[in-house]
Amino acid sequence: MKNNMSYRDLGIGDDEYRMILDFMGREPNELELGMFSVMWSEHCGYKNSRPLLKLFPTKGEHVIQGPGENAGVIDIGDNDALVFKIESHNHPSAIEPYQGAATGVGGIVRDIFTMGARPVALLNSLRFGEPYDERVKELLAGVVAGIGDYGNCLGIPTVGGEIYFNDCYKENPLVNAMCIGLVKKDEIKRAVASRIGSPIMLVGAKTGRDGIHGATFASEELSEESTAKRPAVQVGDPFMEKLLIEACLELIKEDLIDGMQDLGAAGLVSSVAETASKEGCGVVIDVLKVPRREEGMTPYEVMLSESQERMLVIPKEGKEKRIAEIFDKWGLDAVVIGQVTDDGIFRVFEGEKEVAAVPVVALTEGCPVYVREGIKPDYYRKVQGLNEDELLSVNLTEAFKKLLASPNIASKKWVFSQYDYQVMTNTVVVPGDGDAAVLRIKGTKKGFAASTDCNSRMVYLNPYEGGMMTVCEAARNLACVGAKPLALTNCLNFGNPEKPEIYWQFKEAVKGMAKAAEFLGTPVVSGNVSLYNESSNGAVYPTPVVGMVGLLEDIENRRDMAFKNEGDIICLLGRLRRELGGSEYLYVCHGMESGRVPEVDLEEEKSLINLLLELTSLKVLSSCHDISEGGLAVALAESAIKGGIGFSVKLESLDAGILFSEAPTRAVVSLNKDNISKLKEVSSKWGIEVHVLGRTGGEEIIIAGEENEAVSLNLEEARQIWGERLQCLMK
Amino acid sequence: MRFGIVVFPGSNCDADCYYVIKDVMHEEAFYVWHKERDLSSFDAVILPGGFSYGDYLRAGAIARFSPVMSAVKEFADKGGLVIGICNGFQILLEAGLLPGAMLRNKSLKFICDQVHLKVSRTDTPFTHLFSEGEVIKIPIAHGEGNYYCDPETLESLKSNRQIIFTYSSPEGLEDEEYNPNGSIANIAGIINKKGNVLGMMPHPERCSEAVLGGTDGFKVFASMINWAKEASR
Repeated sequence: MKNNMSYRDLGIGDDEYRMILDFMGREPNELELGMFSVMWSEHCGYKNSRPLLKLFPTKGEHVIQGPGENAGVIDIGDNDALVFKIESHNHPSAIEPYQGAATGVGGIVRDIFTMGARPVALLNSLRFGEPYDERVKELLAGVVAGIGDYGNCLGIPTVGGEIYFNDCYKENPLVNAMCIGLVKKDEIKRAVASRIGSPIMLVGAKTGRDGIHGATFASEELSEESTAKRPAVQVGDPFMEKLLIEACLELIKEDLIDGMQDLGAAGLVSSVAETASKEGCGVVIDVLKVPRREEGMTPYEVMLSESQERMLVIPKEGKEKRIAEIFDKWGLDAVVIGQVTDDGIFRVFEGEKEVAAVPVVALTEGCPVYVREGIKPDYYRKVQGLNEDELLSVNLTEAFKKLLASPNIASKKWVFSQYDYQVMTNTVVVPGDGDAAVLRIKGTKKGFAASTDCNSRMVYLNPYEGGMMTVCEAARNLACVGAKPLALTNCLNFGNPEKPEIYWQFKEAVKGMAKAAEFLGTPVVSGNVSLYNESSNGAVYPTPVVGMVGLLEDIENRRDMAFKNEGDIICLLGRLRRELGGSEYLYVCHGMESGRVPEVDLEEEKSLINLLLELTSLKVLSSCHDISEGGLAVALAESAIKGGIGFSVKLESLDAGILFSEAPTRAVVSLNKDNISKLKEVSSKWGIEVHVLGRTGGEEIIIAGEENEAVSLNLEEARQIWGERLQCLMK
Repeated sequence: MRFGIVVFPGSNCDADCYYVIKDVMHEEAFYVWHKERDLSSFDAVILPGGFSYGDYLRAGAIARFSPVMSAVKEFADKGGLVIGICNGFQILLEAGLLPGAMLRNKSLKFICDQVHLKVSRTDTPFTHLFSEGEVIKIPIAHGEGNYYCDPETLESLKSNRQIIFTYSSPEGLEDEEYNPNGSIANIAGIINKKGNVLGMMPHPERCSEAVLGGTDGFKVFASMINWAKEASR
């Protein structure tokens, strides 16, 4: 093979090839070129995103480990720490939804136990086209089954997530998976501080030909040829992963290893390079020692295979034998495939023969970085000019019903009932019941909460404001269930960054997110970037998903969204707002995705969160639900449906704006009337408005204006519309 | 009371059962690796939920060949209490300790939900703290929980009063509408003729503490403990 023919096929640009020649001082061979190709892909090298990622705040009093390791780690007191990260598996899922999604879960779980933590919770964030199209339904069904089957088999509960439908995702669905692990602070493992001469062991599954060049594939736009890349999708075996988790955690318990590194994107190439680069060491690997599933594999195939359920382990001196014993008990391979050297070169041997020799730094720090120029897209100015006042006149009850039936708002039970969300017996606020999942920590009074969020329509309409809104919503969701927001991970899903309009979206969204994360004191501790989410229909909406984690000091103080008692007072915390920009109302009732995104006041958001946390410790509230898609009316309805209790509220001025605005920094709460003065007192201390709206009770949903009964619907009818919509669509 | 909790490769509710026995019931709990051959030191054995051997081939089909299963048979023959939960139930069926088989759920999908069960017998070691006909709320989480047996077996299960739990409405109506997985006769749990081996698809260990939203499962374990203590008196 002539190199000048092949490097472009591997996604390497002309300038990049010249850099490679400089590093090598000669023409690279095929394997060496393949190693550069995967290591310098966006997926592994972050070459388009690194400068922007530097904008994120990454430090804080709770942060033990920020970005740069397999996952972030935060301190939750008493020698306990939470390890978490979110990651994308978008392109594989577009081609092969079941395996793509399943291996996405497998990969993120390995990132967590690589740090020495027991994985205790999974979440996800999914985007599909509108679920009216057969192909979309197939993708949705395949992805959900893939996530479910993998996580269920591992015995890690899938406790939360979000899912939205928009035709910008029709050809390019998004599948982001998040995992949270629990670890004792003194048992945290980092990715290897290697000793010279230290052996490198490969453990877990055997290596096959699957997933070769998955990382490169993930860093291109999807096209009609993409299905031809199906072999680049890996195949998952959750049973193998379950054994791997148990075996690896035994290694840590017996203190047998210096470090671990999972094999994910770019397989052995990436994990071995990461291992060696930490200390500026070199490394030597013999591909003949790698246990294989298939015969006749070339060094190229062995090094670039993305076969799942494999890990690299760096044993403590003399512990190789004990490690092999533990793996044998679990029926897994554990072999020494190489060792750490001192010459800074990544050498690959096939027996006696050296088949590659590349400077480690060339693969890692040598990856080029592109700072691009963004251009404000044309649509941006256009959407700002929308006059919402012309779009208010509708039959409010009909509009309300349409919103309840929107797949973006309707119950997601069809999805989460396919996930085992209770295994491990820690889940105390289950999916659908609260604004975030809440899990207890056995043996303590504590618990943690987690939520994934992103309203990508808002981010599209205004990436900066939308980015802020995303972080704020995640934090608010945690506060609603009673948890103090501590830190976040993010998965930045965007289109092709080489297009200036896309780069602008990316940059603005990151700036907005960074600003809000800084202000709210919730630093970014880990994350992942997924670019090139484009198909023949164009780019997906900018979708920077936030996964946030928070702490409950006392699990007994947790809250969900369900109305609890007849006759409780219902209040709105925050301002009565009527901005309709970017709302589901405009989309569902007027077919528009447009308008000015409602502004976020970070000061006010912080105060609302503090207020909710103080109310938590005072145990004042019966229920709490943040206002998001569908606005005030839908928030009220969801609390009523969940609690099986109707309500009657009255608003002074009533129109579609008041009912359906998705303006942030607001929550609907219910409480005993005896607590109302306390609520007002604490709210006024934090400067948050309290609006008494009405009372819970009865079997009707009634929202009245001064003179008219604007919305009136039987609770059971509302439950049917909202509760059965997705299920009916998926039948 | 000493509980042995069998761990197969792929079991994943073993730790949950261990926690319930030790920290909720305050009894002694021990993990038993699937290669063990002797269970004589235990008063009761739990086969926990999960995906033993990845549920490859068929749920429980490989686990039944584990060395520990001969020990479980021996233990049961001698009258020891054995409870199989979810995958544990599937293994008991595959091993022939209970009659019948599991098919995939009628929906062909994994189902995680809360269901209601009617307790139809209270003279067993596992249910004697319930009241006759009591309806309990309990979580399920399975892909293959569609219990099936031939008509003769069903007749014999009925005439020997081996059907212990059936899926029902909150009021106790055993209607198809309340059958989450298509099980024949709404069967959620059965017992052997001798009355010392119970298999059930729902998870009592997931509803044994108020913090988890329900305590109906507590009575299953409490019944076992209480029964064993009465017996040894």
